[in-house]
Amino acid sequence: MELFTNQILAGISTGAIYACMALAVVMIYQAIDHLNFAQGEMAMFSTFISWQLMQWGIPYWWAFLLTMAFSFAAGIAIERTLFKPLAKAPILTQVAGFIALFSIINSCAGLIWDFTIKQYPTPFGSSPFLGSQLISTHQAGMIGVTVLLLVALYFFFQYTRVGLAMRAAASVPESARLVGINTSWMIALGWGMAAGIGAIAGILIAPVVFLEPNMMGGVLIYGFAAAVLGGLTSPFGAVVGGFLVGIVENLAGTYIPGVGNELKLPIALALIITVLVVKPAGLFGRPIVKRV
Amino acid sequence: MTAMLNVKDLRAYYGQVQALHGLNFSLNEGSLTTLLGANGAGKTTTLRAICNMVRSTGAVEFDGRPLASRSTESIVRLGIAHVPQGRGTFTTLTVEENLQLGAITRKDKAGIVSDIERMYAHFPVLKQRYTQQAGTLSGGEQQMLAVARALMLRPRLMLLDEPSFGLAPLIVRDLFKILGKINREDKVTILVVEQNAQLALELADQAYVIETGRIVMAGGAKEIANNEDVRKSYLGY
Repeated sequence: MELFTNQILAGISTGAIYACMALAVVMIYQAIDHLNFAQGEMAMFSTFISWQLMQWGIPYWWAFLLTMAFSFAAGIAIERTLFKPLAKAPILTQVAGFIALFSIINSCAGLIWDFTIKQYPTPFGSSPFLGSQLISTHQAGMIGVTVLLLVALYFFFQYTRVGLAMRAAASVPESARLVGINTSWMIALGWGMAAGIGAIAGILIAPVVFLEPNMMGGVLIYGFAAAVLGGLTSPFGAVVGGFLVGIVENLAGTYIPGVGNELKLPIALALIITVLVVKPAGLFGRPIVKRV
Repeated sequence: MTAMLNVKDLRAYYGQVQALHGLNFSLNEGSLTTLLGANGAGKTTTLRAICNMVRSTGAVEFDGRPLASRSTESIVRLGIAHVPQGRGTFTTLTVEENLQLGAITRKDKAGIVSDIERMYAHFPVLKQRYTQQAGTLSGGEQQMLAVARALMLRPRLMLLDEPSFGLAPLIVRDLFKILGKINREDKVTILVVEQNAQLALELADQAYVIETGRIVMAGGAKEIANNEDVRKSYLGY
């Protein structure tokens, strides 16, 4: 029994990483109606920026805030220069754009900061959390930040005019224009917010996986998986999905004979596919009801 | 009376295909005008061209201001509400959110709240369903929601694209009654595009008939209703 609870705890702590990334994935999906494959790399680059700021002697939380602001602006800039011209292009053209962006950012980070693995600090410390060896204070802090972010996003989308306008623009762009919403800027804003959330995710993940240009590769796949599992339309679902993926991965690794560390990922992904066959909108996604 | 909307030599294109061949018409402030025509005559295109949602040439002036270089959303902000064909419901959002979106460009919070109440008075069925996802409403309810959403802008001009489409006759009557009321009481100028010529002519004071992208007849609604050609082609007697 103790092994079981321990594995759940360990699952929750890795799940926090996925949950955080999944939130960024859902954010961009809300804005542009598909996934951004370069999202992990954008988050990685943001994390490097914050690392660089700290190297220059700027305190952690200032570096954190500056990085957020930079990422938000950079997200908007990327959308305005690269993806706005592609807005009416076929989806595959945009996918090519995402992949190009992925390798450009990855290579640039390698060029500027090289590929050696770097330590990244945590403001929460890394001692055991409440006496448990499986969950550190950093991971607890990370769960806290993820939940806070989720609550903030919820209020933004439910109770602010801009949030409502963004949801409208994502749901029926033409009608959104007909009530006077500048849909093009709503998309840019979505990019900015996704980049900002990605930056938070990167900064929180870096102390666990260490900082290097390829740090987000695996994480992004789990983040996608978590977002799809929870429902791409639901920030809450994304976070729950993140924790579920973490827990299932750990339990499968422990209890299913022959699985071990190598097969953890396929098992988790297989479970996700099973869920999606039964519930295509994801666990918490809002199925779109249509009546004709 | 001065013309609120002036349309001169309006031509519209879908790719290589020309859909409007030089339309000229005007709407007087406070009028209720109907644009009649068969399927494919260019009724929808006319409305879309006014709002710059389709490639077009010619001049459209609203209160003397040219609309040609404006984006759709900035035309809406001038006070032109467009209820599109198919209603344009935000199906994943709630009924109340749909109404709030209609007023998204307004800043007067108290006015928005009281306008939502006013819409519930016009359309009681919306009040019963205000927390419901709008996609679950019936066709008639969605049409009412679309009209209410457009009114939330407090528009000076409202463009309606076949509001009767797919609705039961009784519901259409109700809807048209409300449109007449809105026109008289709220002083909203209305341009309604219709295939249901009989009802539209009863409601309107001015009428235009459009055929293959050209206006072929214009005049008072009564006069048009008595015209023999119109009776034969659109009213069926």
